[in-house]
Amino acid sequence: MTALDFSTTIGNAWFPAPTFTASGCASSGRELAQFFPLREMGGVVTKSVMSKMRPGRPTPRMAETPSGMLNSIGLQGPGIDAFLAKDVPYLVEQKARIIVSIAGETVEEYSTLARKLRSVSGISAIEVNISCPNVENRGLVFACDPEASRRVIDGVRRTIGGELPIIAKLSPDVTDLVSIAKGVVDAGADGLALINTVLGMVINVDTMRPHLGGKTGGLSGPAIRPIAVRAVYQVHAALPQIPILGMGGIASGKDALEMILAGASGVSIGTASFGNPTAIMSIQNELKQLLTDRGFTSLKQAVGFAHRPNEGE
Amino acid sequence: MTQINKSAKQLLAPIVSNKRVGQYHQIIINIGDVAATCKPGNFVAISVGGDSSRMVLRRAFAISRVSTSTTVGGTMELIVAPHGQGSKWLCAQGEGVVLDLVAPLGTAFGIPTEPVPVLLVGGGYGSAPLFGLAELLNSRGCRVDMLLGASTGSKIYAPMEGKRAVNSMRIYTEDGSMGVAGRVTDPIAEIIRDLNVAVIYSCGPMPMLAAITTIADQFDVVHQCAVEESMACGIGICMTCVLPVENEDGSISNLRSCIDGPVMDGSKVQWSKVGQQL
Repeated sequence: MTALDFSTTIGNAWFPAPTFTASGCASSGRELAQFFPLREMGGVVTKSVMSKMRPGRPTPRMAETPSGMLNSIGLQGPGIDAFLAKDVPYLVEQKARIIVSIAGETVEEYSTLARKLRSVSGISAIEVNISCPNVENRGLVFACDPEASRRVIDGVRRTIGGELPIIAKLSPDVTDLVSIAKGVVDAGADGLALINTVLGMVINVDTMRPHLGGKTGGLSGPAIRPIAVRAVYQVHAALPQIPILGMGGIASGKDALEMILAGASGVSIGTASFGNPTAIMSIQNELKQLLTDRGFTSLKQAVGFAHRPNEGE
Repeated sequence: MTQINKSAKQLLAPIVSNKRVGQYHQIIINIGDVAATCKPGNFVAISVGGDSSRMVLRRAFAISRVSTSTTVGGTMELIVAPHGQGSKWLCAQGEGVVLDLVAPLGTAFGIPTEPVPVLLVGGGYGSAPLFGLAELLNSRGCRVDMLLGASTGSKIYAPMEGKRAVNSMRIYTEDGSMGVAGRVTDPIAEIIRDLNVAVIYSCGPMPMLAAITTIADQFDVVHQCAVEESMACGIGICMTCVLPVENEDGSISNLRSCIDGPVMDGSKVQWSKVGQQL
């Protein structure tokens, strides 16, 4: 049996495995490191960081839903300076590969964040999160507006130069995802992260009011997986050369394989880690076995396989 | 920045026994060597519902006590009220069922270096971890007095053997169906004065913890409370279980009750800001 080439690339960044944390679902990696060495997965996508310290939204911030959960954290975080001083050095020391996720309230804030990251060593790529649903003004969800999405990515690209790969994280809550994906790729994105959470709400029938402090929240977990598979499939069909980090309810190796067959070059695991701190390791091992069982000798052979016509047709 | 409990481990652990005690279930789980690393105040996060469950999140339970010397090895005891889907599932699992759990998690109650008088206050099933704590404090020579409260008598958790380690145990119910009619916070000020209490330890619902903080602050008594906030992960990665807490420099941050808690300094928790935008 030939060994499986499990590696993947996003732009010029190479990763030995196609398995990542999902931004906002692993903080900055320290806690998961209690359960497995961070260098054993493809990479850590850190929690989206903003320019300044941010307290996030009031509690309750969470509601479990059938096969999923709603969250309204609201981008709580230490701010970019504290993040670069404490979290990045820690991840470098752990020999983890790092994708830094950034979020801003304005086009300029994204550029400012990109400027701070430009000279930091040890970072493999930048995820530009333009799709967090937990912001005060839904009008600020850049990824719902093709022109705003394009401007953010263009600003980051100009600031960062041609070196670090840029991954744009998009929202499924749009009418035409493919046109938004094409726009950010034209503006300089090297890859796409699909999908962010889906906007949802739970009303507490005892208080008869919205359960979450932020009223609305982002739905994640297996409940949204078919939406994610559809999004990855549609975008891969339109942009087959653009690497996609697929995410949304992946909880097993089979789920990860499904995302890869749809067109993802890598997978991010989020909510599954909440339920099981070693989920990423299990998913990685199961995925390797499933690829081998199906006769693939490399991960890359399986990317987008679902798009190929059946033999004999 | 506080970090995850360095002893935390994920393990598959069989249930040794599951007994109904009034409104609660006493569940004993064989956790082997991990028992030796669990301290009063720590909690456990348990996967519920089995492989095909639609419940994707772990459930957090306070560890009520551990034993390192039973015939089956190290064990932990949980006192669980079957009120939600996850806790109902757990209470329905019998001897031999293997649980996927992560323990020990969170902070522990601090133990005084001197044998000082202490007061333990528990609300509802929140009182469970106080009994293991009482044994430890008693073994260190502290005078331990305990107050238990609930809305009604059937919600009081007070095992017979729990009285061994305490000097006195008083029960308060709001409907008067057990013990004294009234709130568990009613006698605290008097007890602090009479017994010269140095530390109050508490677990229970948030309004109770907030009320105890007010009294403790008046008398300048240390108040260590174990908070209960809903959690998605229990290991510090989801950021859902935060509480507003005053920092050293006087600023206020949303801290994770799974990492910086569940045991927190009551006087630092900004109870009036819980659920408010910071």
